[in-house]
Amino acid sequence: MNDMSPPADASATAPTTPPRVDRPGLPLRILHWMIDDPIAAIALLVLLVIFICALFADQIAPYDPTLQDYAAMLNPPSAMHLLGTDDLGRDVFSRLIHGASASVYAAVLAVTVATVLGVPVGLIAGYTGGWIDQIISRLLDTFLSFPAIVLAIAVTGVLGIGLTNAMLSVGIVFAPQLARLVRARALVLKQELYVEASQCFGASSGWILMRHVLPNAIQPVLVQMTLLMAVGLLAEASLSFLGLGMQPPDPSWGSMIARAYVYAQIAPAQMYAPGIAILITALAFNTVGESLREALDPTSRT
Amino acid sequence: MLTRRLLQAIPVLLLATFSVFMLLKLLPGDVAITLAGENATVERIEEIRRLKGLDQPLIVQYGQWVMGAIQGDLSESLLSGEPVSTTLARVFPNTLFIVLYAVTLSVAVGVPLGILAASRAGGLGDKLVMVLTSVGVALPNFWIAMIFVVIFALNRAWFPATGFVSPFEDPLAALWYATLPAVALAASGMAEVGRQLRSSLVETLHSQHFRTLHAKGLPFRSILWKHGLRNVSVNLLTVISLLISRTLAATVVVEVVFAIPGMGNTIVNATLQRDFPVVQGAVLVMVLTVITVNLVTDILYSILDPRIAQQ
Repeated sequence: MNDMSPPADASATAPTTPPRVDRPGLPLRILHWMIDDPIAAIALLVLLVIFICALFADQIAPYDPTLQDYAAMLNPPSAMHLLGTDDLGRDVFSRLIHGASASVYAAVLAVTVATVLGVPVGLIAGYTGGWIDQIISRLLDTFLSFPAIVLAIAVTGVLGIGLTNAMLSVGIVFAPQLARLVRARALVLKQELYVEASQCFGASSGWILMRHVLPNAIQPVLVQMTLLMAVGLLAEASLSFLGLGMQPPDPSWGSMIARAYVYAQIAPAQMYAPGIAILITALAFNTVGESLREALDPTSRT
Repeated sequence: MLTRRLLQAIPVLLLATFSVFMLLKLLPGDVAITLAGENATVERIEEIRRLKGLDQPLIVQYGQWVMGAIQGDLSESLLSGEPVSTTLARVFPNTLFIVLYAVTLSVAVGVPLGILAASRAGGLGDKLVMVLTSVGVALPNFWIAMIFVVIFALNRAWFPATGFVSPFEDPLAALWYATLPAVALAASGMAEVGRQLRSSLVETLHSQHFRTLHAKGLPFRSILWKHGLRNVSVNLLTVISLLISRTLAATVVVEVVFAIPGMGNTIVNATLQRDFPVVQGAVLVMVLTVITVNLVTDILYSILDPRIAQQ
């Protein structure tokens, strides 16, 4: 974009009180956004469908995902089994729906852990500065130099194998990314006039952090959280594939692929559905994240 | 500059090694009891504790561990009894070979993609490349690896489905065996390179400096090839160094798909069998590799961009 339009808040610097701009209501703004960025709107819709599948897996799935039917093993797709059956005669479609629960749970857990650990550390490092910041920054540099999945595998080994422990590990591995982001924001924000004013009035550091710094640092965090959901999803798939995450017989997309690979020679089609599910969900999280980034930060448009 | 950068790496090295060391210490349960095996007497456990130095203060144990690691002593596998350093020396070159192969492919395909997209920013080619790279980034690489196996190994038999040949024994066979894993890893790698290169190239081409070149009447072709690429070469270096670290991590999973005797299979098997000295040693080698890559990148920066060296 080459047009040199004046910044939107130029009127605010005028000596007279700025005219009050009526913002359209939320439904209208959402409609505008959907017309503006239809691909992101579709991505959001996809995520909505996946979250509904995850929450209501029991109601949506036509079969019990662990129900074995030895009379119908490795069946091709049919009216009875939309995506066929796996090597133990379990309905692939039902396992896919239940796999969504595992994936959503895993991604949400990892990102929550990362946020809870990373955001306070970043806030404290950026706001206090000095030697505390020095130490925390060095620590963050160190942890960021660890290959993420390798660290996640090792921590899972220590915590014990299983989906929850695996995703706790992934969350711990993600935390430095958010901490560094928040630290950079807090470093800028603590120089703002309103923060200095608050300090002059004797506000405590904790209050300033909660009232002024955190709300103004939250936007890039939200974007990063959305993008991390995709990475978390892929991490869950990888760890479950390696046998460190979801344990049989419960389905997860990663473990479904792992099982399908064993029968790749007889029924290669088995591995398509869970893989495509992972791809679409990760793509949707990335698309929504990028759209959020552009919506929140107009300067990032190219 | 060089010495200062090397000195800066020391605290990172200490912190990294200490974290890896603590990984084992955080394990629930007593290592001495595990080592002593079942039905061990209290005296036997105490003896092992003394022999292994487990009765020493933590910081002393860390010092001993680091001194051992420097001399190549990373303790022994709990299962096979083989020294961990021997295992790692055997498997690490294999992983490195795959990683370098994959990174070379990623750069070879990603750079042209990025240039193509940036030179036609907003056009059809750009959109196509953006879609391709978005999919590439969201792709589970172990899944694409399996699909390659089904298509190119099981259906067509162009490449072997699993296995590995050391490049030191038979370089051609090694390349043949490593092609499918490397291509699977490069699927997301080239997407990453293409995306990053496009965005930094677009930014450079829109700067004032390039507007001047354009106003001077230079053809777009020469602006792009002579000036644009030189300006983004530092960014490209960052992307490549990041790519090496990421590919190193991604190889872990892809190695399992292809049953490659590398770091990934070693770490995963050791974790599943709770063989922690092996896990610890393997993680240490991976982390040291990444730190080295970062260090070399920083030094290359100052060669490519003398302004950084002067700071």
